[in-house]
Amino acid sequence: MAFSEEDFQVMDSIIKRYPRSRSAIMPLLHYVQSKAGYITNEGIEVIAKVLQLEAAEVTAVSTFYTQYKPTPVGEYHVGVCTNTLCAVMGGDAIFNSLKDHLGIGNDEVTVDGKVSLEHIECNAACDYAPVVMANWEFYDNQTVQSAKDLVDAMRAGNPPAPTRGPNTLGTWKEASAVLAGINDGKANEGLQAGTPTLLGLKLSKEGK
Amino acid sequence: MTKLVPVLSAHWDEKDSFTIEAYTRNGGYKASKKALAMDPDAVIQLVKDSGLRGRGGAGFPTGMKWGFIPQGDNKDHYLVVNADESEPGTCKDTPLLLANPHVLIEGCIIASHAIRAKHAFIYIRGEVTHVVRRLNQAIEDAYKAGHLGNGIELVLHVGAGAYICGEETALLDSLEGFRGQPRLRPPFPAIAGLYARPTVVNNVESIASVPAIIENGAEWYQAMGTEKSKGTTLYSLSGHVNNPGQFEAPLGITLREILDLSGGIRNGHSLKFWTPGGSSTPLFTAEHLDVPLDYEGVSAAGSMLGTKALQIFDETTCVVRAVLRWTEFYKHESCGKCTPCREGTWWLVQILRDLENGKGTEADLAKLLDLCDNIMGRSFCALGDGATSPITSSIKYFREEYIAHLTLGACPFDPVASTLFEGASK
Repeated sequence: MAFSEEDFQVMDSIIKRYPRSRSAIMPLLHYVQSKAGYITNEGIEVIAKVLQLEAAEVTAVSTFYTQYKPTPVGEYHVGVCTNTLCAVMGGDAIFNSLKDHLGIGNDEVTVDGKVSLEHIECNAACDYAPVVMANWEFYDNQTVQSAKDLVDAMRAGNPPAPTRGPNTLGTWKEASAVLAGINDGKANEGLQAGTPTLLGLKLSKEGK
Repeated sequence: MTKLVPVLSAHWDEKDSFTIEAYTRNGGYKASKKALAMDPDAVIQLVKDSGLRGRGGAGFPTGMKWGFIPQGDNKDHYLVVNADESEPGTCKDTPLLLANPHVLIEGCIIASHAIRAKHAFIYIRGEVTHVVRRLNQAIEDAYKAGHLGNGIELVLHVGAGAYICGEETALLDSLEGFRGQPRLRPPFPAIAGLYARPTVVNNVESIASVPAIIENGAEWYQAMGTEKSKGTTLYSLSGHVNNPGQFEAPLGITLREILDLSGGIRNGHSLKFWTPGGSSTPLFTAEHLDVPLDYEGVSAAGSMLGTKALQIFDETTCVVRAVLRWTEFYKHESCGKCTPCREGTWWLVQILRDLENGKGTEADLAKLLDLCDNIMGRSFCALGDGATSPITSSIKYFREEYIAHLTLGACPFDPVASTLFEGASK
């Protein structure tokens, strides 16, 4: 894909957020993923051009961070937390069953391009374990069955809403745009907090 | 019995708690108005007097950190908030920011004024799309309301999946547009931080605690907590408990008290081991239920308060499996800059995998401890140190269990028994 004049304007506005232009490299990489779906060679060249860097310098940064994908991921990228707590609580079972169910391994994509799978590290939602992320939105308190249902719904094109997130699950590219700092107008959607988050406050109001 | 005291979490149960309307309705942005009318040094003094200490793990006094910034040096100063919450078990800043992003923004305004910074950054991990949305919207709304943009600029910087960027100097390199690798200190960020300028790096919860301190005064804050650990903090309870969640209490509450008020270990099971503050803090067992969870209490008992991430594991959990998994995490997240951490964590994983599978010998335990000894304190940052914590502490408390793996030639535990949906996956 070619980057349009409008894309270059957006990239310029991202660069202007920072006192020094090189700091914009990470949001620009997220922006490239929002356009191309992954970090393409063309995307690297474009970032190098707008930041006046060598392509190798941009690649060096891109390859350090696991969220920047060197190859295409699915429209819905599913991350199963298999760090200790989630793994023990069921994350290992969920991850293994999804691999079987989808017929793909870690860091692989289904043939229809709909779902990709990754085992992820702690995603800061341990009180909602086991946790599954889709395009980095929370799907809390998952079971083997609920996770299978989730990916089936993705492949059918109608995934359920995240448990703590917007009213609908966006695509990988749409999520990448949000991570690049582009407002999609969905900030006010969804819960302010789930039940575990509110437990201490509730108990305190009961006099504890 | 210590009582819960919601300060940060006081309004989280209001449906629109994350909006600027709700925040203002509940008295928000009064503290920043008050602070901006104060001399910056007076703000620093007030935060010093409050006794607030860093909530990101190390517990360094926040006001003192601010006081290290050289004044009148005609250099740009920066405030950087560490929202890269990634320490396994830690899940406090993420719900805080989902429920109330404005309290962090107001804290940033106050802290920037105090350290005479015109630019502030929030470095948030990239794997939380909705939190990024909420924070960016909140920043936009704060600009529109005139809280930002009048001398203080605030930028949200989104990371991309590297645990190491929670380490403050790696975070700064990452924010400058480089691979996130730690820097050798000194110089400390207070002298040469972001763009080699004086910089304060604070955790989300530390900065979010500041507005209430300005509003209610240092004495109010001082009156909560213990002798050297003042105020309230968020304790995050997870794992094999009936009711996991966030519990805001004065520092010094015990795990026994939190379990008593929240509903205890899951029914029919008993506590085996737990972390007081994330996976980098040495494990505790049932004998530590009454340790006061403040900086001094946890330290005296041989661990660290860390991020107050209370991960609870019952008797169905294999400690070797748990430790192996954490070790795989450290190996994966080691940035590779320092040899002891890069190579050491790799070898730790090899040996632990064998032990979990019942292969290897008892001599491997000594080898593990020797490796830990050669990793500890020998790298630029504390990632490698953290990797040794679960290993050395688990061998200290559960050596017999390691040996049982070797005797049996396999792991003696059934992983299904420890799942939340026990048996449901069969």
